Amino acid sequence: MEDVCSINNLVRCLVDGGMDAGLANFITILLGVVLVAALPLVTVIFLIWVERKVAARVQDRIGPNRVGPFGLLQSVADALKLLTKEDITPMGADKFIYNLAPIIAFASIVLIWAVIPFTPLHIGADLSIGILYFMAVGSIATVKVMVAGWSSNNKYALLGAFRTIAQLLSYEVPLVLALIVPVMLAGTMSMQAMTVAQQGMWFIFMAPVAAVIFFIANLAEVGRAPFDLLEAESEIIAGYNIEYSGFKFGMFMAGEFMHAFTVCVLLAVIFLGGWSGPFVHEVPVLGFVYLGLKTAFVYIVMLVLRSTVPRVRIDQLMAFNWKFLVPISIVNLLLTAFLLYIVRALGLAPAPNQATDFVANLPQTIVLFVGNLALVGVIVSMIRSQGRRQRLADEARLAESETEEPALPAGVPAGD
Amino acid sequence: MIELNVQTIAFLICALFILGGGLGVVTTRNLIHATLYLILSLFGVAGFFVLLSAPFLAAVQVLVYIGAIAILIIFAVMLTRSMTQLRQVYNHQWTASAVVSGLLFALLVVGVILPVWGINGAQAVETVSEVVADTVDLGKALVDRNQYVLPFEVASLLLTAAMIGAIVIARDDE
Repeated sequence: MEDVCSINNLVRCLVDGGMDAGLANFITILLGVVLVAALPLVTVIFLIWVERKVAARVQDRIGPNRVGPFGLLQSVADALKLLTKEDITPMGADKFIYNLAPIIAFASIVLIWAVIPFTPLHIGADLSIGILYFMAVGSIATVKVMVAGWSSNNKYALLGAFRTIAQLLSYEVPLVLALIVPVMLAGTMSMQAMTVAQQGMWFIFMAPVAAVIFFIANLAEVGRAPFDLLEAESEIIAGYNIEYSGFKFGMFMAGEFMHAFTVCVLLAVIFLGGWSGPFVHEVPVLGFVYLGLKTAFVYIVMLVLRSTVPRVRIDQLMAFNWKFLVPISIVNLLLTAFLLYIVRALGLAPAPNQATDFVANLPQTIVLFVGNLALVGVIVSMIRSQGRRQRLADEARLAESETEEPALPAGVPAGD
Repeated sequence: MIELNVQTIAFLICALFILGGGLGVVTTRNLIHATLYLILSLFGVAGFFVLLSAPFLAAVQVLVYIGAIAILIIFAVMLTRSMTQLRQVYNHQWTASAVVSGLLFALLVVGVILPVWGINGAQAVETVSEVVADTVDLGKALVDRNQYVLPFEVASLLLTAAMIGAIVIARDDE
């Protein structure tokens, strides 16, 4: 093994070969950066095919099947087509900013991949503030929407941008509140340390409500159905990116696909244990496989959801966020903090040296899981009673209007 | 003089971002461009925080100033009329702002630059603290009664008041 050069001992190899130590270090880091950045770029080509196949299957179609085996090369053909399209810049557009927007869109997604741990050994940069970094980089996405919408010199693009920003900013609130829960459980914001903390028990069993809120809020951040108002193909064609054509449009689209995939990876890392799985410490490459499988599961759920649920209206979108998700996230946060405090006070929490042990994690997990179940029960009963009140009020109003003015035809069903 | 290593180069790039962005904010005649220059300048500040081994503050800088405040400013700018091709570079408050910025500059010279580069320039090395404080220390300092709990609570009260004020202003008269 000594004379084999791999990425793990590249620096030593290069120095032994007579290279300057600083230069060897620089080359290794550069290679790592290129690898981490290239991974999502290559994956996205394949993901578009997966997405179209899944959507087709849900809609009882076959999907792409002409280019290459099983239509695998369809996305490559699409990319080539986009490259050959005319690159149009609308009159009166702010050229520099107009060209800058797709680059920001793309870069803001690729940057997230720097903190994703692939295996116990492989991570771009194990920042101590990994989760905060994700939020900070994600917030740049709002800048890209605004900049693209404004610089296009098109009122529809600007209106679309306003609507998109309202959605993105609103859903950042439950997203952050849901992310605090795993940070509390792990006691760290580093992605790698968070994965290590889940070796005994995945956080989705300790904080299922937070995981669901994280998933929903991310659907809205990414702009996937039922929250795809920013695109809404069947109604408004497109939002902020309406004037873009050719490869700049392709960059927006690829950025969106990549964003969707990236949040699935994040969900897998933060709630599903990331690379952890059997034999991962003996063969680190297995971690990559486990992470891929978990991500694929989340991604397929997202795709099936996308092709089955209808789009919400903008007022429903806002009401759902501010009147439902945000209060639940706050209550969930307080509840988890309270339960965690009790668990630690009673000594049910696993000792630091048994943190990776499954049995030692059980008491804490059971307490937190029951707490989450109780929260879900309260929410469901509140929704039920509110729905019943609403229905009774509607029926009463309808009955009143019928007695006063019998203008309604006889066949109208009461209550709707 | 100054040793030219990676940190120095990074410092110079960040300083260029901050100063160039700041200059762009006040010289451009397009309000949207001014906001984008401001974002560039704030990015430079985030870079400074990274250089000072305060990644938490760097992330918060990007999250709060670029993700929230800059977006708010862009919103406000877009709702103003004639945001591009402004005719005049100065407005009638330029004397007041010149006085204020002059005073601020003098304050910085007296308070920051003179102790380091002035007569007692040897203090420059001692101003760097030996204590390495991380995010946990920051969090504890914010709730420690001997440190910053009062400013922290006052700031949160101020934000609550601002939020209530915004709701009152935005509400329809009933």
